[in-house]
Amino acid sequence: MTVLIVNRTPRDSASPATTPLLDVLRGEFRLTGSRFGCGEEQCGACLVLVDGAPVQSCGREIGTLGGRAVTTIEGLQDHPIVAALIAEQAGQCGYCLSGMAVAAAALLARTPTPSRAEIAAALDPQLCRCGAHPRILRAVERASQEMAR
Amino acid sequence: MTDLPKSLADNPRLDRWLRFETGQVHVTVGKVEIGQGIATALAQIAAEELDVALDRLAWRAGDTQLAPDEGSTSSSLSIEIGGASLRLVCAETRALFLAEAARLLNTAPEALAIEDGTILHDGSPTGHDYWTLAPRVSLVRDATGTAPPKPRAKHRIVGTSTARRDLPEKLAGRGFVHDMTLPGMVHARVLRQPRPGATLAAVNEAALSRHGARLVRSGDFAAILAPSEPALRAAVQAAAPRWDNCDAPTPDTAEAAWLATQPADVRTRGSEAPPPAGPTHEATYSRPYISHASLGPSCALAHEQNGILEVWTHVQGVYPFRLNAAQTLQRDPESIIVRHAHGPGCYGHNGADDAALDAAIIATLVPGTPIRVLWSRADEFAFSPAGTAMQTTLRAVLDDEGLPIDLTATITSGVHVNRAPGRLLASRTLPNAQPLPPPAESSDPYPGAGTRNIVPYYDIPAWRYTHNLVAGTPIRTSALRGLGAVVNVFALECFLDELADRAGIDPAAYRLRLLSEPRARNLVERAAALSNWSARGPAGSGTGLGMGFARYKNKSGYACVVVEVEADSEIRLRRIWCTADSGLAVNPDGVRAQLEGGIIQAASMALKEQLRIDATGTATKSWADYPILRFSEIPPIDIELMDTPDEPPLGMGECTMGPTAAAIANAAAHALGLRLRDMPLTRERIVETARK
Repeated sequence: MTVLIVNRTPRDSASPATTPLLDVLRGEFRLTGSRFGCGEEQCGACLVLVDGAPVQSCGREIGTLGGRAVTTIEGLQDHPIVAALIAEQAGQCGYCLSGMAVAAAALLARTPTPSRAEIAAALDPQLCRCGAHPRILRAVERASQEMAR
Repeated sequence: MTDLPKSLADNPRLDRWLRFETGQVHVTVGKVEIGQGIATALAQIAAEELDVALDRLAWRAGDTQLAPDEGSTSSSLSIEIGGASLRLVCAETRALFLAEAARLLNTAPEALAIEDGTILHDGSPTGHDYWTLAPRVSLVRDATGTAPPKPRAKHRIVGTSTARRDLPEKLAGRGFVHDMTLPGMVHARVLRQPRPGATLAAVNEAALSRHGARLVRSGDFAAILAPSEPALRAAVQAAAPRWDNCDAPTPDTAEAAWLATQPADVRTRGSEAPPPAGPTHEATYSRPYISHASLGPSCALAHEQNGILEVWTHVQGVYPFRLNAAQTLQRDPESIIVRHAHGPGCYGHNGADDAALDAAIIATLVPGTPIRVLWSRADEFAFSPAGTAMQTTLRAVLDDEGLPIDLTATITSGVHVNRAPGRLLASRTLPNAQPLPPPAESSDPYPGAGTRNIVPYYDIPAWRYTHNLVAGTPIRTSALRGLGAVVNVFALECFLDELADRAGIDPAAYRLRLLSEPRARNLVERAAALSNWSARGPAGSGTGLGMGFARYKNKSGYACVVVEVEADSEIRLRRIWCTADSGLAVNPDGVRAQLEGGIIQAASMALKEQLRIDATGTATKSWADYPILRFSEIPPIDIELMDTPDEPPLGMGECTMGPTAAAIANAAAHALGLRLRDMPLTRERIVETARK
């Protein structure tokens, strides 16, 4: 049994300690916002925050996360990045967007007013296949401005 | 009776499309959301013609039980055909309700108006609305297509950038077929036949129980069932299947040039007269095999119970898939219900159909148990259909000024259309698998597949082409965004730059010499103005400006793309401009999003992408083997839409692909003074070309 703090709520996982966090979130906790893209830590669709730091949840075993705070897209619904992504219509299929939002939230927490180049660098590990990149960049800028108000 | 658009001609009954219930309008359509925003644009059309608010629409798309059969959501036709059909359905329905209201009110329909579904007379409520009148107005009737849709001047919803209706749910963490569950659902994955014709010799079945998993098998079709995704992954590893009778392709088969060494079905079209005498120019262009590389692997759910097989899938066409599944499973199509659910971005025929058939077959092998199939990333790269490698050779005869008067093209390609029954992966592994006929693909110029856009949109007096259709590609191929138009436009537009160079004429001016069609001319002129083309410097400076133009299928959306690059041992994108003519833009921001997406995907393809092949088949198994364009590599993109709202709306999802790839190659040639004719335009290609 592993206790995780998921979106501020303690949750018990009955999964083996070696189970990837993504499987626990999606399969056991039914939090489907973190997406399965590759299972190889190469696309960023499953990105979550662990104690505020971005982590690809497909590659992190829950046994290493006992008592740690996990934040998923479901826990970021009030973060300005979500409204900004919608305001910029920054998705086509939308499959990558949870990871984009999480990556952006992590960036904005450490760099509240990032330059365009800093945003691109922070999002570079996140893959988008539809070509929504320019809009996602704008959405991060918009969220940054919103948070500065 | 007027000529109805195909979707409506195939599904004329109005009640197949619309139903009024408790303050809502239930709209059912066959064209599905695949990330292109179609659900929003079609909803705008319906709300506009019916005069109801958008939020009154309850939307259902792609459902063999509920929705009309509109075939596949493909070829940039969802607005042109699906939208045109829905527009007529809604206009006619509105007219029927107005006629009934007028009869009840003893007035003329012209005296009435509709405001959010409420019927007004001289601006005042009449006590009637769609919902009160619905019992009196039967939609159990065929559309005539005679009710005139609203004139553009009256549009209030069409032509506005309405927000995508599906994004909030997706950002809330739901909405994909991947997120669905059924009670008692079991996770399953097929042990993929590594090569066509391979036979399953052994599976380590004993190792499965440790993971709570089991094997189901029918001939060479074998699948593992497990209680959870992690258990399934472990069980698939442990199963260690051994396959016999695998052929072993060689790495050189991954190159387009290999196709030219293969037997082909040869078709010719166009001028039968031989080319005239005169100076000629000839060049060959190519692209290798390309992955759709959707961000999420293919997924489907299926459940067989009481003789009905129900499938949830992100395929482009629920009816075509149902037919396919019925034939493979040798059962009545009416015993199968196929329901569309959102999937990751779909840029053509990816693995969605195969995953859906996997789930369907497994469900029939374990009746009563709901099945979920999710492919691995490696399977998605290795087994979803690829965009085919392709080679296009162009040969022009030139006049005294260096302008082409005759064009001969030779296209050598695998198939771009490969979805016929029996052609899905699992079909060929079942005990009843039938030998497949050779792939059928038209070589006509319109709409074309491998031959798409090979007929130039320019004023070239004579053209002819040969289409060498190669059935024996080393990996399975099918439709990928733009089909053959990507390579044909890449070839034609690069070729024009070469001809312009040879004639000593500026490439934009050269194009304009050959373009008489006003909308096309306007597009090229505007793109040149936007990109400050007239200041374009001499070749070989290390920075370059290149252009590409096409009208998709010569009948659909127009795009002109200008790219500025920096190039030395590699090519970096600095800026992109795009002018586009969509006719009436139902949702201008949606059009822009489609243009941006096409530009970025084409740029990624042109600069980076290639599926590798080794003795096991597709050697590309992960994103590490298949780099795509990332944020820091994407330059600012400026888009200008032409203002042509009185022209019919055109599909815009694919029109930028060829022009973008060509513009990048032309810009690279301008920067480097070196012509690269084979995608992807990598560092290795630059070095190799420079050496020649």
